[in-house]
Amino acid sequence: MPANPGKYHISQRANQLSPSGIRKFFDLLASIEGVISLGVGEPDFATPWHISEAAIYSLEKGMTMYTSNSGMPELRQELSSHLRNNFSLEYDPASELLITVGVSEALDLAMRALINPGDEVIIPDPCYVAYGSCVILAEGVPVMVPTHQENNFELNAEDVEARITPKTRAILIGYPANPTGAVMSREHLSQIAEVARRHGLMVISDEIYAKLVYGVEHTSVASLPGMKENTVLLGGFSKAYAMTGWRIGYAAAPREIIAAMTKIHQYTMMCVPTMAQYAAIEALKSGEDDVAEMVEDYNRRRLVIVKGLCEIGLSCFEPKGAFYAFPSIKSTGMTSEEFAERLLTEEKVAVVPGSAFGQCGEGYVRCCYATSLAEIEESLSRMKRFIAKYG
Amino acid sequence: MNKEILKILENDARTSPEQIATMTGISPKEVTNLIKQAEKERVILKYKTMINWDKVGNEQVSALIEVKVTPQRDAGFDSIAERIYRFPQARTVYLLSGAYDLLVLVTGKTMHEVADFVSQKLAPLEGVQGTVTHFMLKRYKEDGEIIEEKEETKRQQVVL
Repeated sequence: MPANPGKYHISQRANQLSPSGIRKFFDLLASIEGVISLGVGEPDFATPWHISEAAIYSLEKGMTMYTSNSGMPELRQELSSHLRNNFSLEYDPASELLITVGVSEALDLAMRALINPGDEVIIPDPCYVAYGSCVILAEGVPVMVPTHQENNFELNAEDVEARITPKTRAILIGYPANPTGAVMSREHLSQIAEVARRHGLMVISDEIYAKLVYGVEHTSVASLPGMKENTVLLGGFSKAYAMTGWRIGYAAAPREIIAAMTKIHQYTMMCVPTMAQYAAIEALKSGEDDVAEMVEDYNRRRLVIVKGLCEIGLSCFEPKGAFYAFPSIKSTGMTSEEFAERLLTEEKVAVVPGSAFGQCGEGYVRCCYATSLAEIEESLSRMKRFIAKYG
Repeated sequence: MNKEILKILENDARTSPEQIATMTGISPKEVTNLIKQAEKERVILKYKTMINWDKVGNEQVSALIEVKVTPQRDAGFDSIAERIYRFPQARTVYLLSGAYDLLVLVTGKTMHEVADFVSQKLAPLEGVQGTVTHFMLKRYKEDGEIIEEKEETKRQQVVL
């Protein structure tokens, strides 16, 4: 509880959320011109035109009414086929799928539908910034499990098991991972699944980056033997189809859980914007070639940035997913926030301090390579100069 | 021939063999060899730069000419096509199915120059039955590039 509650008596719920730990860095960033940003966690492609065009057509036809709370039946049908074809998952479009306003909403719904006050949720550290806060908003308790570069930032089943208490309710993971680019191997994921099954825990799996993997296959937790019953799968269109601004995603889970999530969704969100649903249908129907092309392109940049970072002396494990590289900056002796601030002021390159993603992110910075090759190369040469000075 | 190398070069001909090596996992030396071989086999025809001449006030006139021809015994359309594509004014020549046979893109400094070429060189060729000239009014997109200036996308500088 803050000492001064302030004039407006902001709720405890809102007050307890920590503002972004790197506010100062954001303010600094806003004050500097001519920055090359490796800090943007979204594709640099515009949404493929046929997808945008489908939404425009829906507007022209006057398809501007509410849809079913769960999402348009045609969209759920397409999504069901998509999950079957891509990840060997079987979900009933009528009762086991819910279309949401991005994974963000789906995550919030999952927490509120499953977590009672005081329930513990196990989360890998570092992780996407919203995980802990969503648990807290549901009055749960986030329990962080460190992950390490030596293990390619994969979540270790023994580490998870060591933190299970009678209050543990769920494990919340997001692989391929933001900020590390880590992918869970099928073997290690199976071990996590085994622990979850043994202890009767739900796995809430944010698989927004599922389509962005390089030279490896993405395994969906729900596809592992016996895991569909214990999994809430969260996914979306933002990253794979370059649709971040459309705000559309989904949850796939056993009927009872989807019913509970749908109740919250219908009172808070009603339904996802109709035009975005039309766009999503088009994306699922004929967006695969676009995804493949973008993945090929990301992969080239990934190889360039990882090689470049290693060459300038920043140790960087090979990220196999998403569009982030997560080099260690420990050799500079700076904290990740110091590093990011100085790199920004001295060389005008923006990276995100790893500490923004949890304690285990300290000593690392997140470099997003969803930006042009020319900018990647220029930022690498600026970083080289910077490292030569401080490394 | 390695298609990935060709795709990278088609997108940006200035990509260095070292960069291509990083992107493909093939050694720089091997990349250089493969490129040389592709040039030799005319898989890679040439390296050029796309220029928006309108921007520098260097306007040129282009026209698409539909050409109806009489195919010749043994040579079909090829020999008449060659007669046409040997003219440097003919920038692009295609054989098409449909209402006419050849489509010729002609460029010149003035409308007059293009018209002269059509009436004095192209139309009188033996085997040419008739031509229809379409002057180009505006180029919107060429070779996959949208010509009008792209609006800058307004991305946030940092998204977590």
